[in-house]
Amino acid sequence: MTTYYTDDHEWITVDGEFATIGITDHAQTQLGDLVFVELPETGREVEQGDDAVVVESVKAASDVFAPISGEITEVNGALSENPALVNSSAQGEGWLIKMKIKDAAELEKLLDKDAYDALIA
Amino acid sequence: MGDLKTTPLNLLHLDAGAKMGAYAGYSMPLFYPLGLIKEHLHTRKSAGLFDISHMLHLEVSGNEAANLIERACPLAASTQPIGSCNYTFFLNEEAGIIDDLIVTRLGSDRYLIVANAGCAEKDRAHIEAIAQDFDAEVKAVPRGFIALQGPLAKAVLADQNFSVSQMAFMSGIEPKPDWFISRSGYTGEDGFEIAMPTDKAEEFTQKLLADDRVELIGLGARDSLRLEAGLSLYGQDLDETITPHEAGLIWAISKPLRSGGKFIGAPALEAKLASGRSRKRIGLITREKMPVRAGAKLFDADDNEIGLVTSGGFGPTFNGPVAIGMINADADNFPLVAQVRAKNIPMEIHKFPFVPHQYKR
Repeated sequence: MTTYYTDDHEWITVDGEFATIGITDHAQTQLGDLVFVELPETGREVEQGDDAVVVESVKAASDVFAPISGEITEVNGALSENPALVNSSAQGEGWLIKMKIKDAAELEKLLDKDAYDALIA
Repeated sequence: MGDLKTTPLNLLHLDAGAKMGAYAGYSMPLFYPLGLIKEHLHTRKSAGLFDISHMLHLEVSGNEAANLIERACPLAASTQPIGSCNYTFFLNEEAGIIDDLIVTRLGSDRYLIVANAGCAEKDRAHIEAIAQDFDAEVKAVPRGFIALQGPLAKAVLADQNFSVSQMAFMSGIEPKPDWFISRSGYTGEDGFEIAMPTDKAEEFTQKLLADDRVELIGLGARDSLRLEAGLSLYGQDLDETITPHEAGLIWAISKPLRSGGKFIGAPALEAKLASGRSRKRIGLITREKMPVRAGAKLFDADDNEIGLVTSGGFGPTFNGPVAIGMINADADNFPLVAQVRAKNIPMEIHKFPFVPHQYKR
């Protein structure tokens, strides 16, 4: 499994043709306490860069973009009861969606951990 | 954030690990590592300390200080008791709100105006223009300014040898030269606002923070606290096109001043009170979990657009979304629906405040 990052502060962990996606720990510290996560319908097809999820802090709503194109296969239902999971475990239990990757070549446009760490340094 | 001004507590915020953001031209703490929700809840149960040094302090003094205030504000300044704080406004000729303010009478010919940071420039121009007709001086006083809010605020200050327990809500005193304390705030809780010389601000704030009952609270929780308390925010819920009547704030203008007043905007206010308001400010809640925020359009049961959400978000104490809206005064075809990202959220009208006030009367 390899994890990639976007400069919009999403992470994507790839396992074969499937991927798990969320926002980075850095992103959650910038947003502050989340109170609502609007998750998409499963089965929806998205293009790389499309709005996929909306995370809402007390103060503001922020879009989360699809890091790759593909089909949304699963959403993290636990977030409807407990959106704060994104704050406590942004890169673990607070994952947002799972996708079936349409075009693995798109992953090459993403950042590796070192590049992302440099971005937020 | 190169061009932003900083408050005398800037280093303290950075040391405390605050997430800073721009507000009204200042770099201000939005939230601290404790987090907005815990900051909010802490204020409601203990004592929250807010840096509000960005706010504008204007001292008005001179023989005709009372007359100047009575021209600028719908307020009976000449009969205002010394030590009394009054919520009032600067109005334009159409009775629209230029800013909402607190005016405290400090002495027989001395008043303090505390105004919004975002309005500082236009407020100063406005009152300085009026001052030309009066034998009175208007002076901006840069100071450190903090709010200590919550049920334990009084006890915390008492331990710093400030005898505040006898102070009534909306009263203010000068405990020593260049200091000012009022029992007031913007959270719905009992609490105090304390102004001091800028070079004393950090030391005094550190003393308060050494008390375990006190936590630093950012602007984020300041907003969620005032929203739950049903208090308007200038620039969102109030602007120059909105009259005090439309804003639900006519209580701040005493009955004798509502007709025949001599303040700027008095004739327009009187006429608009007689003809009735065309829109009104309301509180809104929803059973949905999705917060409804400023800018969301409001529709009646027949899908007619009847207004706008002016402030909205999640209320941590209310434990759900709360919002303030402005709707057509004759709207009566309920339930209302708010549109958020093309979704229709059913809304219910809720009386202000959303969380009961705890003011010390």
